[in-house]
Amino acid sequence: MPPSRRELEEFGVLPEWSNVVEVPSHDGATYAWHVLQRPGTSENAPVVLCLHGNPTWSFLWSRLFHELKSDVRIIAPDHLSMGYSQNTGPRSYATRVKDIEDLLRALNISAPIWIVAQDWGGALAMGYAVAHPESVSGLVLSNTGIAIPEGRRAPLLIKISAASGLHLFITQRTPLFVKGTPLLPGHSLTKVQRRALAAPYKNADARQGIAGFVAEVPFNAQHPNQSVLNSVAEQLPQLTIPVRLIWGAKDPVFNDDFADDLLHRFRNVALHRIAQAGHLAVLETSIASFVEDAMQDTVTQNSPPLSLGEPEPLWGRLEEAERARELAVHDASAQESVTFGEFSARVATYAQELHRQGVQRGQRVAVLVPPSIDLIAVVYAAWRIGAVTVIADRGLGLRGLGNAVRSARVQHVVGPQKALLAARALRCAPHATFIALNELQSAKKLESLAELYVQQPQPQDLAAVLFTSGATGPAKGVCYTHQQLCAQRDALQKLYSITRTDRFVAAFAPFALYGPALGICTGLANMDVTAPRTLTAQALNEACENIQATMVFASPAALANVLATAPAVNTEALSKVRLVMSAGAPVPIETLRAMKTLCPQTELHTPYGMTELLPLADISLAVREDIGSDQLGSGGVCVGTAVEGCDVVVAAPGAGQEVVPLAAGITGEILASAPWMSDGYDRLWHTQTAARPVRPGAARTWHRTGDVGHLDIAGNIWVEGRVVHVIHAVDGAITPVPLEIATEEVPEVLRAAAVGVGPHGVAQVVVVVETTNGNEGEASPELTAKVRLAVAPQKIAAVWVVKELPVDIRHNAKIDRTALANKMSVLLSGAKK
Amino acid sequence: MKVLVTGAGSLLMREVAVALATRGEEVVCMQRRTAHFPAGVRIHQELGDISSLDAVTKAMTGCDVVVHGAARVGVLGTWNEFYNTNVVGTQNILSAARSLGVARIAHVSTPSVAHVGHSLVGAVATPAVTGHKRAFYAESKAVAEIEALNANNHSCAVVAIRPHLVWGPGDTQLVGRIVQRAEANRLAMVGSGDALIDSTYISNAVSALVAAVDAVQVGASCAGKAYVIANGEPRTVRELMQKICDAAGVPFRPKKVPLSVALAVGSLVERIWPRIGKGEPPLTRFVAEQLGTAHWFDPRPAAQDLRWSPTVTLDEGFRELHRWFLEQPKPPTQ
Repeated sequence: MPPSRRELEEFGVLPEWSNVVEVPSHDGATYAWHVLQRPGTSENAPVVLCLHGNPTWSFLWSRLFHELKSDVRIIAPDHLSMGYSQNTGPRSYATRVKDIEDLLRALNISAPIWIVAQDWGGALAMGYAVAHPESVSGLVLSNTGIAIPEGRRAPLLIKISAASGLHLFITQRTPLFVKGTPLLPGHSLTKVQRRALAAPYKNADARQGIAGFVAEVPFNAQHPNQSVLNSVAEQLPQLTIPVRLIWGAKDPVFNDDFADDLLHRFRNVALHRIAQAGHLAVLETSIASFVEDAMQDTVTQNSPPLSLGEPEPLWGRLEEAERARELAVHDASAQESVTFGEFSARVATYAQELHRQGVQRGQRVAVLVPPSIDLIAVVYAAWRIGAVTVIADRGLGLRGLGNAVRSARVQHVVGPQKALLAARALRCAPHATFIALNELQSAKKLESLAELYVQQPQPQDLAAVLFTSGATGPAKGVCYTHQQLCAQRDALQKLYSITRTDRFVAAFAPFALYGPALGICTGLANMDVTAPRTLTAQALNEACENIQATMVFASPAALANVLATAPAVNTEALSKVRLVMSAGAPVPIETLRAMKTLCPQTELHTPYGMTELLPLADISLAVREDIGSDQLGSGGVCVGTAVEGCDVVVAAPGAGQEVVPLAAGITGEILASAPWMSDGYDRLWHTQTAARPVRPGAARTWHRTGDVGHLDIAGNIWVEGRVVHVIHAVDGAITPVPLEIATEEVPEVLRAAAVGVGPHGVAQVVVVVETTNGNEGEASPELTAKVRLAVAPQKIAAVWVVKELPVDIRHNAKIDRTALANKMSVLLSGAKK
Repeated sequence: MKVLVTGAGSLLMREVAVALATRGEEVVCMQRRTAHFPAGVRIHQELGDISSLDAVTKAMTGCDVVVHGAARVGVLGTWNEFYNTNVVGTQNILSAARSLGVARIAHVSTPSVAHVGHSLVGAVATPAVTGHKRAFYAESKAVAEIEALNANNHSCAVVAIRPHLVWGPGDTQLVGRIVQRAEANRLAMVGSGDALIDSTYISNAVSALVAAVDAVQVGASCAGKAYVIANGEPRTVRELMQKICDAAGVPFRPKKVPLSVALAVGSLVERIWPRIGKGEPPLTRFVAEQLGTAHWFDPRPAAQDLRWSPTVTLDEGFRELHRWFLEQPKPPTQ
C-alpha cells in the first residue's frame, strides 16, 4: 500500500512524485515497487537514481527532490520488502543488484545514469556499477561501505543487531532499529522527518524487510554475501567513472574509516566530509549542489603546476654556518633562546626521532605543541622528513581544535603528555601513534640537519594543513605544498623588504613559523595564545626588547589591548620597530592611528588575505589616510593594491566557471591568483569546486575569496563584506560594510552590523549596534533617527541594540552576520520568544 | 474615460474619485449619502445602495471602468448585513458590468482575505480563502474577491487591489483609534512590539488604485490577479505607533499585552461585542494578529504588473500627518 496523499503532504513529499510501478522481475514474477519520481524539464534530462539504505525508504531523498535543479530526472525506489514496495521475503545482495536492473528496464532507462546512494544502497550502487560500468556515469556515495576497513572490526551497532536472537528482536519485533537510526549521534532531523522515516515500519510484519536487510550484512567469512561483496570490492579499482563521497562525520557506524577505505578503492574519487552531519547526511544537509557539481565533474585536486624551478627549501636558511651563533628564536614566556646552530641541531634531532618512531614521508602529523621553540622545531622537523604538519591553534577553542585534527585523519600526534591525553579523550586521532614531546627532547642528539639521513621531500609534496577560523561553521583544512609555502615566504620577504638583519616578534603564534624560513630571528611574546586580546603592552615591549625587534606581527584584537595597557608602561623597544603588521580580521583605522601615536617612527601595515591566500594585498596607514574615502564605488574598507605577483579581479559572485572581470567601481566577489595560493581544501571537494572554479583550458586557477568589494581606478581593493552576508533587497544587492562604517560614525555606536531579514530579493535592512550604554532591544527613536541619517539614502527597517554582536572565537572581530540575521528574523517576525 | 467609483463615502474612495477627476476623467460616484468634494472638482454623484442591482446599473450606465470600493467594514453587524453589502454588492457590480458591456473593473479588497494567522515576511498575495471564523468582514470580502476574480474573462478584466493598513490625515480607522486611545492612556501594544509591519500612506493607496484603473485591460498581465499594496517600508509596530502619536502630539505610553492574551481577549470580544457592544470594540482577534506578527510584502508584482510604486515615503507621510493635526481645532485643555 503506497502512502496516502495526506501522509505524503505531511512529510513534505509532493503526491505526484509517489508512484507504484509494476516491474517484471528476473525471477519471472512481477513485483509492485513504490517509486518516487520527478521528471526532468526536458526530454533528454540526465537521470539520477537514488538508492536508500536501511532502515529507511525513498523519503530519504525528499530534500534532494525539492532542491535538485529541475533539468534532472530523479528516481528513488523503495527496495523490495522495504518501505512501501511489495514484501517479497528475504532477498540476497546479488538479487537486489539484479532488482535494480529490472527496475531500470521497466522504467525504460537505457542512457547512462548517475547513482546517489547511502548506507546499504551504496553497496548496491557499487555492485550495479561494476556489473554495468557502461551504464553508470558516476556515483555519489554517502556513509556507506563495501567492506570492513582494514584494522577495524565490524561496526558494533550493526553487529549487535545482526547477532542471532538479538537481531530479530532489535530489527523486527520492536521498532528500536527504525526509531533509533535517526537518533544516532549527529542527527539533526526534524520531528516530521523522523516520523516520515518510520512511517512504513509501524508493525513487526512491516519490519521484516529491515531484518532481512541487516541479515544481508556479512560479518563473517561464511556469510553467503561475503564472496559476492569481496568480488565487487576487487573490481572497484577498474572503474574510471567519477565517484564523489559525501560523508556525515558523526556517523558512529560508517565513520571516517569507511570513507578512507572507499577513497583507496576508486581511481577518480574525492571526499567531502561534513563535520556537523551524521549517518543520514543526505537528509540532514542540502546535498543538491553536491550532486549537481559531481555531475559537472570539475573537481580540481591541484592548482596547475608552476614552473618556479627548485625553490630553496623551508629549512634552507637554518644551516648557514656563518649564522650558527646568531640568535634564532627567543621565547619570552619560557625565558629560553636558541641560536641558529642550536635550532638546526634540534630540528635534526627531532626529525631523526620522528622518523625512528615511524613518521614517514606523506604521513600526517598533528602538532599539538603550545607556542614555543619546540613548536617551531617540531614543525620544521616534520617538514624536513616530508611529513605533513596539521596545524590548528588553540585560538579555535578546544573543541574546534579537536574537530580540526579529527577531520584531517592524522597518523601521528606530537605534543606534551597533557595535549596527548586531551587528544585521546577527544578521540580526535583514531589509529594514530602518539609521540610525546619529551621523547623528542631526550632523543639522541644530532649536530645539524646535515647529519640527517632521511630523504628530503619534493617541492610539490604536501607540507601543511592549516585551519581557517571562519566566523561560522567548523574550521576548514587548507592544504599547502612545500613549493607554495616557499613562494609565500618569498612573497612576504619581498613585500616587507625583509633582510637577515631583521628581527621579528610574532604575537600571533602561527606567524612565528615564518621566522626561521625567512632566516630571521624570531621572538615569541609572553601571552595567552588562546586569547590574543590579552596581549599587554608590557609583554609586547619585553618581547621586542629581548631581540631588539625590527618587526612585529599582532592581530587587531591584540593591538587593541596593547593600546589599552600602554599608558604608564615603558614602550621604548616597541617604538623602535620599523614595521608593525596586523591582520586576521578587519583592523579599525583608529587602532592604527593610536599605534602611530605610540610609535611615531613605525610603518603600520595591514596585509589583506586569508588562510587560503596570504598576502593578497597590503596597505600602510599612511596610504590609507591619503586615499581617504571611496569616491567611485559603494565604499567599504580599502585594503590596498594587490601585492606583486598576485593577480586580482572582481567578478560576479558564484557565476559558475566563467570569470568575467567587472569594471572598476562595480561590486562583486574578489578573486585572486598567486604562486603562493594554497593547494586547496582538505577532504572538502565541494568547497574546493566552489572556491576554485576551473575554466577549461585556463592557464591559471582563481581563488574565490568569498569577500565582496570593488576595485578603484588605481587598483585599490575595497572590501565590502562577505558574499554570504550580502543583503538582497528589492533595489539590488546591498553590502554590509559600507553601512556599518557609516553607522559607526554615530557617536554612541561602538560597533555595527548590517543584516537582512526576509526572503532573497525583497530583504529589508536591519542595523544592529553595540552602544556605549546598551539597553537591549529596539533603539530609541533618537538613535534610530541618527543611524537612518548616517546611512541615507539607504533605507533601513529598524535599528537594534545588543550587548554583544556574535563574533569569531579567535579574533573577536569577525561578525557572524548570518547568525545575527537569523536572530533578527525571529525577533522581527513577532514570534513568541 | 468615464469611471464609476463606488463607496466614495470613505476617505480612500473619495480621494480616488478626486484624483481621477483632477486628472481629467469623467467621474461618477455612487454611495448612500452625499459626499463632500473640494470646490472645483467636477464629480457626478449617484446616491444609492450597492445591494440594489437597479441602482448599480443606473450608476454604471455609460462608464468605461469601475473602481469598486463600497464595503461594510469593522466588526459590528450581522452576517447578513456584511453579506448584502460586500458579496451582493460585488455581484451587482459584476452583473451590471456584464449587461452593460463594461470591460474593466478594479475591485478594492483587503489583505485579510488571505489572512493566515502567522507572520507574513516579504510575502506575495496568495489567493483569497474562505472559512474565516466569526470574522464577517474578512469572510465576506474573501467571498467577494473570489467572485470578482472568477468573473475575469476574455471580455471583462478584473483586478483585485488589497491596500495594507491605510493611514493618513483624516483617517479615523488606524490613526484615529491610536490617537484616541493614547490620549485616554489606554493604548495597548500587542506582543513584543517588535513585529515588522508595512503600511500604506493614503496618497500611495490612491495612486495605486488609479494605476489599477489604468492597468486593468483585457489581456493585461494584472487581469484576474490580486495585489497587495503597501509603502514597502516595514517598521516595528512600536515605531509606527510612536510616530503616529508623535505626529498627533500625544504621549506614547503603551501598555504591553502579550500576544496570547490579546488573541484570547480578541476572540472573546468578537463573540460578544456584536450583541452587547456600542461603537468599535477595543480589540479583535484579527487586529491582535495584524499587530502581533510581522506583515510585510513583496512589492515587485505590483511594480511590474500595475507599473506602480509608492511616491510618498513614510517620513513624508508622517510630516503631512503632523501638519494636519496642527490644523485641527484643539480640544479644550483641562
